[in-house]
Amino acid sequence: MIDILDGLKAAFWLVISFDAELWEISLRSLRVTLSALIIASLIAIPLGTYLAVQRFRYRRFAISLINALMGLPPVVIGLLVYIALSRSGPFGVLNLLFTPTAMIIAQVIIITPVIASIAHQAMRELWAEYHDLLISLNTTKWQRIVTLIRDGRRNLLTAALAGFGRAIGEVGAIMIVGGNIDHVTRVLTTAIALETGKGDFALALALGFVLIGIAIVVNLAIHTLSRTEREGRW
Amino acid sequence: MNRFLLVAIALLWAQVSSADNMRLAVTTSFENSGLADVLLPAIKTDIDLDVQLLVVGTGQALKLGAAGDVDAVLVHSKEAEEAFVTAGYGTHRREIMYNDFVIIGPVEDPAGINGAANVIDAMTNIATAKARFVSRGDDSGTHKAERALWAAAGLNIQDHGDWYQAVGSGMGAALNTAAGLNAYIIADRASWLNFGNKKGLSLLFSGDPALYNQYAFLPVDPVKNSHVRNDLAMLLEEWLTGARAAALINGYSIGGEPLFVFNATTD
Amino acid sequence: MSAKFPLELDQVLVQRKGKVLLGPLDLSLKKNGVTIILGPNGSGKTTLLRAMHGIERINGGRITWAQEDPAKHAFVFQSPVVLRRTVAQNLAFPLQLLNVPRAETEAAVAHWLTRIGLSGKSETAATRLSGGERQKLAIARALIRKPDVLFLDEPCANLDGYATREIETILGETAEAGTRLVMATHDMGQARRLADDIVFMLNGKVHETGAAEAVIARPQTEELSAFLKGDIVV
Repeated sequence: MIDILDGLKAAFWLVISFDAELWEISLRSLRVTLSALIIASLIAIPLGTYLAVQRFRYRRFAISLINALMGLPPVVIGLLVYIALSRSGPFGVLNLLFTPTAMIIAQVIIITPVIASIAHQAMRELWAEYHDLLISLNTTKWQRIVTLIRDGRRNLLTAALAGFGRAIGEVGAIMIVGGNIDHVTRVLTTAIALETGKGDFALALALGFVLIGIAIVVNLAIHTLSRTEREGRW
Repeated sequence: MNRFLLVAIALLWAQVSSADNMRLAVTTSFENSGLADVLLPAIKTDIDLDVQLLVVGTGQALKLGAAGDVDAVLVHSKEAEEAFVTAGYGTHRREIMYNDFVIIGPVEDPAGINGAANVIDAMTNIATAKARFVSRGDDSGTHKAERALWAAAGLNIQDHGDWYQAVGSGMGAALNTAAGLNAYIIADRASWLNFGNKKGLSLLFSGDPALYNQYAFLPVDPVKNSHVRNDLAMLLEEWLTGARAAALINGYSIGGEPLFVFNATTD
Repeated sequence: MSAKFPLELDQVLVQRKGKVLLGPLDLSLKKNGVTIILGPNGSGKTTLLRAMHGIERINGGRITWAQEDPAKHAFVFQSPVVLRRTVAQNLAFPLQLLNVPRAETEAAVAHWLTRIGLSGKSETAATRLSGGERQKLAIARALIRKPDVLFLDEPCANLDGYATREIETILGETAEAGTRLVMATHDMGQARRLADDIVFMLNGKVHETGAAEAVIARPQTEELSAFLKGDIVV
């Protein structure tokens, strides 16, 4: 039986000894995931809000599509991105395969539907609340979207954090498009897969605990920051 | 808050670096042996080349080579390698070294393969005893070798019953599965020695020349994929077949057991 | 062509799902005063107000404004919509949408905070206000653009006597200052206290209309006299 305590102990030592490789891998995880999160949020939040505010012919279809994309297995997305970025693929000339950029692309595709869907849900409720007032004040479409994003930012943060959680813990897609190359594309999740493969469960678990730790710290940091914000009082 | 995030992102990205490098697809068994950790720093010192390893099964390694996504492959499956060269994906096949496969199984050895005369007997014993057996099942070099051994023993995998389980994963994951199921499995010696979760398993059979596992280096043909760094691949091949590589490969051991035998020939 | 009166309705019709909710009806509002729209539930009061304000699509007829600027009329809903912002930010919102200079906005906000007695709560989250405070805030927010016409849809329906009196005071002052008020209510007392004109709605049509005193003293139709007596009218 593998002792979880061994993993905790190993994690503890790795962290307090400032293990250089652990730092490198953790920072890369954060770098890739936060970049993906920002790009995905910039797409998904206005999109989710637009879908809440605007009626158009294929709106229902667009919402269903986003919800369906949310359920796509990351491995499939990884494979599609791999095929697209492969040297013999349509975007091969960009030479992006097995780079952190490729991992960011895959993660953006994975989490954009997640964030858009949660954002749409939240924005739809807020829109129902604000609808009459914003129509009455004769607002432009753009003013409506900006107002909803501003006043719904707490809920949008939750949507973004859901995307972050999904991205930082993802392994299938980034393994395929990143290749888990040491010092280049190895991140926490792929390192965990690697160590598990070597049968070094203690180290794998330790990395797992570090991953959980990072996820918690980032969540707490963002929540704290948003709470200390002057207007964030509800 | 947004400003804070921007600063954080800027800091995170600040330490991106890039050097002259090439990509080499290698098998999991090679990576798991730990030999790469010895060779890569030496390569960096000697010829100032960053070799980025993509650790995959032999099947996927050759696919990556065919697509031009790596500059060379280092694998161990002669037939597939020759087909790769014939199809024009690789310029040539250069043998570098070999190690050997071993048969791992439960310490109690229910099929009684410990002391079998040769690997054919050992495989036959496992099938006769219907002892649980884990196959890589991922078209890797090890998987191909295993299938060849069943065929050599005159046994058809399709006739195997429930005791034969193809897991479709890498060497380490397959060893984990075998440990969990208390099953027999064929592994390369290096992966086995480096494997950390041996509980209840032990090395039961090895040494038959039929179990030798030849590694070969195949540069990807730049005619098909012009962006491939054939120059770097050739540089690496020269180093891998040279005296320094020979010394490092022959001298590499785990727990006092040498793992690889350098056998590149200079033409 | 602009209308002679602030607002003229000509054969206005509102239909939803094949049912006629309103009209066809004609109505013109005089320049000054308070018009009270009376009528039982479902008689079309809300629909009429919303149609006049331009937030309910009409299926026939024409609504003509003397003043084409939509910022010149405002609306207060039965259950007030408050933005998830502070009280002061709620008041500033309609002016910000019009890009009014900051100093001017702040002065207007300060004026209205005093006027509705919420100066001490300017930085409070508007969602934490009581029902009466919310409705006062909604009225102030509607008036901050200095509209020519203010539509109110039963603004005191859910409020206690104290809050109702405060709001009636504000509305009285507003009317005196020259803003045209059009308010739906089914509180007969409120109608008596505030009305200059009365429009009695029944089944989506204007059933009877006229100067308040005359209509209340001598209703011309059976239905209105029944309604004034407190009987159920359908």
